[in-house]
Amino acid sequence: MKSLDYTVIINNWPFLMLGLRETLRISSLAVTMGFCIGSTVALARLSRYHILKLISGAYIEFIRGTPLLVQLFILYYGLPQLGIDLDRRAAAAIGLSINSGAYVAEIVRAGIQSIDKGQMEAARSLGMSGTMAMIHVILPQAFRRVIPPLVNELIMLIKDSSLLSVIALTELMRAGEHIRTRTYQDFEIFTFIALVYFVITYTLSKILGYLERRLQVSD
Amino acid sequence: MIKVKDLYKSFGKLEVLRGITTTIEKGEVVVIIGASGSGKSTFLRCLNLLEIPQKGEITVDGVNICTPGVNLNLVRQNVGMVFQHFNLFPHKTALENISLAPLKVKKAAPQEARKLALAQLERVGLREKEKAYPRHLSGGQQQRVAIARALAMQPKVMLFDEPTSALDPEMIKEVLNVMKELAEDGMTMVVVSHEMGFAREAADRVVFLDEGVIVEEGPPEQVFYQPSAPRTKEFLSQIL
Repeated sequence: MKSLDYTVIINNWPFLMLGLRETLRISSLAVTMGFCIGSTVALARLSRYHILKLISGAYIEFIRGTPLLVQLFILYYGLPQLGIDLDRRAAAAIGLSINSGAYVAEIVRAGIQSIDKGQMEAARSLGMSGTMAMIHVILPQAFRRVIPPLVNELIMLIKDSSLLSVIALTELMRAGEHIRTRTYQDFEIFTFIALVYFVITYTLSKILGYLERRLQVSD
Repeated sequence: MIKVKDLYKSFGKLEVLRGITTTIEKGEVVVIIGASGSGKSTFLRCLNLLEIPQKGEITVDGVNICTPGVNLNLVRQNVGMVFQHFNLFPHKTALENISLAPLKVKKAAPQEARKLALAQLERVGLREKEKAYPRHLSGGQQQRVAIARALAMQPKVMLFDEPTSALDPEMIKEVLNVMKELAEDGMTMVVVSHEMGFAREAADRVVFLDEGVIVEEGPPEQVFYQPSAPRTKEFLSQIL
């Protein structure tokens, strides 16, 4: 048995941090886009237009029913065959956002449906349009209510971003793989990387948990 | 103020309203009584089109609101509604609850909306609760804020759907007092309620609804103490 030598982390620090930066960049981009896609799809799913319901339902079912890994392969390796060439960062961002959007959509839909229907009736009885009531009355309450599952989804997304290494995006995981092929110190490298993911997700869950409590106090 | 002609409403196979015709004059206070399932709430909810009737005509202030293409939002601005469960917006303060619709629907200036909301709070005796969130208010206070919220749109008619049914007994009075003051101020009101005291003191007319039709109507004394229809007698003997 070889003894463990964590100096490999220090020796490759700048490269690992480059990977971390990519992970954070792509994750925050995907979270933002996923949230926008998800909210829009949730509203489409709840709209009275049959065609919107159908499309949004199909999107959610398809994305949730297929592995992210396969989706990424289709985007990055499959689409060029149709003449659509996405660079790896674009493929990564799009893939992750579309994937996350489906889960966010279901969370937001559940949040909207959990709001008592008396709220919509009260808003409409005051002369507000359906859209106005949605914006000022329903959504603010719904979003507040779904903060915990949304935080959960955010954490899943950050962890899932490690899959982007398969389409050669040099994020944290891929950076680790690079170092590993040179040093063969898999244990040190991947325990360190696990720790980095954990620190990110744990910190986020604490910060957002604090914000959630703050929001509840104020309402 | 409101003319209802031959109104029908059913939910699936269930016929809830089966031909209601009545007229509510400007400044009149009408109390609707009836057993649960008699259609009284549905009737009220048709008056601001929270339920869309299948057949019949409703005219509010000269406008037939049952014609297709009618501007629902405009109709509802003129018809305020108070609900059994208050339905205040829990993420907004008392003041914000009241000023939201004037701000967004009537596009009032923020200062104007605030002044209006404060005046309405004053009117229901809750001036000091401006910054309170609904969950920090008692049931009676919440319902008074809900009344103020509806009044802030300066409606021509106010509908009350069992406004005191969800309240503890000691809070009923404060809400009824606000409603009585409103009646004295000349507001046209349609109230679904079994509060006999309120009906006797404030109502011009009591309407007894049974199985989707008006069985009896008249001044409170007459309907309560000399009812002519057997169904009215039976119902009153159960609730009095």
